[in-house]
Amino acid sequence: MEKEELRKELKVSAIENGTVIDHIPTQSVFQVIRILNLTEYGDQLLTGTNLDSRKMGKKGIIKVTNKFFKSDEINKIALVAPTATLIVIKNFKVVEKKQVQVPEEVEKIVKCFNPNCITNHEDVTTRFNVIEKEELKLRCHYCEKITAKDNMVFI
Amino acid sequence: MKNKSLVSINDFTREEHIRILDLAGAFEKRPKQRILEDFVVATLFFEPSTRTRLSFESAATRLGAKIIGFSEPGSSSVQKGESLRDTVLTVCNYADLIVMRHPMEGSARFASEVADIPIINAGDGANQHPTQTLLDMYSIRKTQGTLDDLHVAFVGDLKFGRTVHSLVRALCNYNTTFHLVSPTELKLPSSDKIHIKDRNLSYFQYTDMTEVIPKVDILYMTRIQKERFSDPIEYEKVRNSYVLRSNMLNDAKSNLRILHPLPRVNEISIDVDIDPKAYYFTQALNGVFVRQALLASILGVVE
Repeated sequence: MEKEELRKELKVSAIENGTVIDHIPTQSVFQVIRILNLTEYGDQLLTGTNLDSRKMGKKGIIKVTNKFFKSDEINKIALVAPTATLIVIKNFKVVEKKQVQVPEEVEKIVKCFNPNCITNHEDVTTRFNVIEKEELKLRCHYCEKITAKDNMVFI
Repeated sequence: MKNKSLVSINDFTREEHIRILDLAGAFEKRPKQRILEDFVVATLFFEPSTRTRLSFESAATRLGAKIIGFSEPGSSSVQKGESLRDTVLTVCNYADLIVMRHPMEGSARFASEVADIPIINAGDGANQHPTQTLLDMYSIRKTQGTLDDLHVAFVGDLKFGRTVHSLVRALCNYNTTFHLVSPTELKLPSSDKIHIKDRNLSYFQYTDMTEVIPKVDILYMTRIQKERFSDPIEYEKVRNSYVLRSNMLNDAKSNLRILHPLPRVNEISIDVDIDPKAYYFTQALNGVFVRQALLASILGVVE
């Protein structure tokens, strides 16, 4: 089964060095690209949507050449694509494969949806506690209001 | 509690809440003690709140502290565009403790992270007002002899009233049975009910106040504000159905006491004021003792 999936990925085209973000909910692919600022990316970027997946039915995939993500970037991915798998490729070989994790705390990357929160008026780094990982609900460390998936805006 | 900021009611443990209430009881017996003569308390009111500010300033003055500060942003550097961060950092040079009221939610938490002196939150937007909660708890314990196992009714605007939200959360530690009376539009939000459910406590919801009165030990009244209604006709429909009148108290329990965070508009009729069950003005006085207890313990002059 693994081999079959890998073969499908290869149809999208293999990369020599870089990161494959697999098992993205297909509707979130373009959001992931935007959140990771990959629209400005200067090297090769390969994407696929609505690919067949045994696990998910349909899935999306992004392959980023010569890019290795830092942990706060990975956190960003987990918020819009909790099912995503990160695969690090070096010399066409998989050197690391891991499931992204929705973190306990989210810093910097999400805007508080409450317009009257101090973080929307002063230069304050946003901080949230993740109170619901599946449905994705974040409680603002400052105003204590809950930002849910539907009104989440990334900084 | 020395040097500990009080931003949210949950910043203090149940034991610390009780300690503050006990200390407040001691200050009620001896309200004038010059134990804070060496201290400067800053009251920074970025929005006006005469009642809360006077209560804090009275508490500090009766303990001998010096008070600096401002009562509205127009008379401060805020008008010149100074950030909250800079204002707080500057005032830290002049004072030993900051009491702060600010129109934005989260401002007090932010200030407590910027400041190297303790902050007492005197209200941050619609979020928290923990000293009000402590004085409500003090008033309940004083009139009922206990905080445990009481039946408490909250009446009026349960959706937007922050005093209600904080007190509900605090009372969840004391096996309270909640009676929630409000127009359908202003019911207690589910994000607040979750605290009641988490503790497996009972709550009942009503739209009519009269049937609740005989059942409860505390009747906590709040103001219904016209601007909370998108449809003015809806406001007109409910405005007179949440007014407490003295003849409604005939079947009340003898230990019932009526609380209100004040200011009152018309939700408690004046004829209730002479009923021994009316407690709201004494409740406001209790605020001074509770704030004395907080100032003294956070500044470290009492254990």
